[in-house]
Amino acid sequence: MTHAPTEIYLDNAATTKPHPAVVEAVTRALVTDYGNPSSLHGKGVAAERLLTSARDAVARTLGVDLEAIVFTSGGTEANNLAIHGTLAHARGRHVVTTTVEHSSVGTPLQTLAERGWSVTALPVDRSGRVSLSELQKALRSDTALVSVMAVNNELGTIQPIEEIGRVVRQHNANGGRAVFHVDAVQAWGKIPLHPVAWGVDLMSLSAHKIHGPKGVGVLYLRRGVQLAPRQVGGEQEGGVRPGTENAPGIAGLGAAAQLLSGAVEANARVCELSDRLRTGIESISDARVNTDPKTSVPHILSATFRGVRGEMLLHRLAQDGVLVSTGSACHSHSVTPSHVLLAIGLLDADAKSTVRFSLSRLTTKSEIDATIHVLAPAVTELRALVR
Amino acid sequence: MARFLLRYGEIALKGQNQHFFLEALVRNVRRAVADLGPAQVHAAFGRVIVTSEADPAAVTDRLRKVFGVVSFSPVHVVSPTQDEITRAAIDAVERSVDTQPRAVTFKVDTRRADKRFPLTSMDTNREVGAAILQRFPHLQARMKEPDVRVQIDIRDHAYVSTETIPGPGGLPVGTGGKALALVSGGIDSPVAAWLGARRGLTVIPVHFHSFPFTSERSKEKVLDLCRVLAEYTGPLQVWIVFFTEVQRAVQLTVPDALRIVVMRRMMMRLADQIAGHEHAQALLTGESLGQVASQTIESIAAINAVTQLPVLRPLVGTDKTEIVARAEAIGTYDISIRPYEDCCSLFLPAHPRTQPTLQEAEAAERGLAIPTLITEAIGRSERLNIVPRWTAQDSGLDEAHPLKILS
Repeated sequence: MTHAPTEIYLDNAATTKPHPAVVEAVTRALVTDYGNPSSLHGKGVAAERLLTSARDAVARTLGVDLEAIVFTSGGTEANNLAIHGTLAHARGRHVVTTTVEHSSVGTPLQTLAERGWSVTALPVDRSGRVSLSELQKALRSDTALVSVMAVNNELGTIQPIEEIGRVVRQHNANGGRAVFHVDAVQAWGKIPLHPVAWGVDLMSLSAHKIHGPKGVGVLYLRRGVQLAPRQVGGEQEGGVRPGTENAPGIAGLGAAAQLLSGAVEANARVCELSDRLRTGIESISDARVNTDPKTSVPHILSATFRGVRGEMLLHRLAQDGVLVSTGSACHSHSVTPSHVLLAIGLLDADAKSTVRFSLSRLTTKSEIDATIHVLAPAVTELRALVR
Repeated sequence: MARFLLRYGEIALKGQNQHFFLEALVRNVRRAVADLGPAQVHAAFGRVIVTSEADPAAVTDRLRKVFGVVSFSPVHVVSPTQDEITRAAIDAVERSVDTQPRAVTFKVDTRRADKRFPLTSMDTNREVGAAILQRFPHLQARMKEPDVRVQIDIRDHAYVSTETIPGPGGLPVGTGGKALALVSGGIDSPVAAWLGARRGLTVIPVHFHSFPFTSERSKEKVLDLCRVLAEYTGPLQVWIVFFTEVQRAVQLTVPDALRIVVMRRMMMRLADQIAGHEHAQALLTGESLGQVASQTIESIAAINAVTQLPVLRPLVGTDKTEIVARAEAIGTYDISIRPYEDCCSLFLPAHPRTQPTLQEAEAAERGLAIPTLITEAIGRSERLNIVPRWTAQDSGLDEAHPLKILS
């Protein structure tokens, strides 16, 4: 097996490389401040201080109170806690969501639908956005939850969260009682997030998408929103999420959140790189970018290379050190295309020929140029093989 | 201390070389239970006796996977006297009644291998049966399908049991020669390798790996399948053949419709070469007649033509549903359906020839530098030692050690 010359990591929507400051914070929490945050002695106090400082750092990125931050084991738990925690004592039996959610929202809602809940999944347009009029039509007096992601993980599409919040608030002002949940895992650090101004009740975040560690995330919980815990046996996190806190992970999360100051401003640079990559992709024959630049974050580019199996291109690029993802999962002898790509109208064959490039604010111009350099020959080579 | 009595059926029918099979069986049983704790395994009077200090349930799981074992029973061993046997039988029935309170019928089944024992089998059945009836008045004797079957085996000692657990049958691994098994990662080929090993073959799995056309994980999948097979066979020497360049050359030079047959011929040629290195006497595949284009009799003939070795196809007469059921029973099915594609499915042409002739296949591969491709593929192959998942390894999690690469 030949080894990749240099590593060009363009799979940041899957996970990011932990920042050195994060590694340092996690190490410190493991080596020095290893106490149980609930312990009364000095070690415990030091660990608790780590949690508070991380809570503060996260709260600042959202412009919210410290008390509104609940630490979880990651985005998936935050989404599950938001959904099940809300619906456990909801009076209504109706939920509104979209057809392009991450499976940590889609699957819990599907399970509820099987148990007799009514679930409306809003369709999206070719760029992957939901329409506000569709949302307005979908809302019912018994709608208990509206769950919409802020940024799509496969396309980068930004949903109009502020406008959706306005529609939900108006609905609630007229007798509705819908809770508004936003999966902002892919949005954190990429677009400004203002849950208070937007009327968001619950918002999910994850550390490892912003150069933090894996296994730690956040659920923002607006004061006054009732949430039933999914596990019991402790007073941690206000009883909403009991269990000894993952202090090293949370310390890393705090460090990563601190590094976000100025991150959204760095988008201009990411945008330049993204445009450069887009131009490179579009110069290849029969290749197109599915991500609409007008409505998306610049960090994610979904691209279809006709006649090339996405997985094969992924492995071929990996040989040149370029690490990307496919939008599809393979199943034994067939490939199930991604529900997101089908939802924006891609044909089955095109969805199977799609790969996702995802950048971070730390991606460099030379990495993008090197990617463009190896991409065209790789596509040509594979096309020759599967004539 | 748990004791088990193992029955080996077919081996008993062997003539002069019976001891060869029996020694292999004892060796394989010993290896299967060795890591669980101190154990003695020995052959005695037409049975194999296992004595182990380990948890009986754990020993049972291992014995279920030793080829050559037709069935086995957890037994109580007593001296072959009428009193002892009766007492042991009553104890055994008591335990059975405890675990299945609804049992109402029983039967006593005596085999008297040691004819010096004064009572005949029939007499023993009657005597023991009467004692059981007296002790458990609610039970009735019944010859057909009793709830509790007390088996008494009178040999050097008397072995008393109420439970018979099926083994996998077959012949001990290592008694049937050596074969190279082509393993793809699909459902069929691991089952075929398992069936070959069950007839006593020492199996050497060979996998053709086409990174980057297939992922690293598809190789891991094959190694995981081999780890399951190794639970039955003991440690396996696995070949991962570097097939990428062969695949590339076939894709570039061979016409669409004939690619599969040529690719399979290349695999056979490589397997034939490796068989030479390994002193294997046969090849073994998971082909089942008529399943896919490469498994018509015409395709099989064209593929078979490149090797002089016998090609064993244990699945030739089975249907897919039977293969799936067998894969589930063996424990390979859940691994086989993991979502990584193999090279065959990735390069599947739209319309492969279902009845290619040998002449067509030979003509189609004229553009291939066959000897060079084969030398390079074998030179860049990996050879790994794969052990069952329960075996602790010095190297930690990774059970795969590169041994040596042949040039």
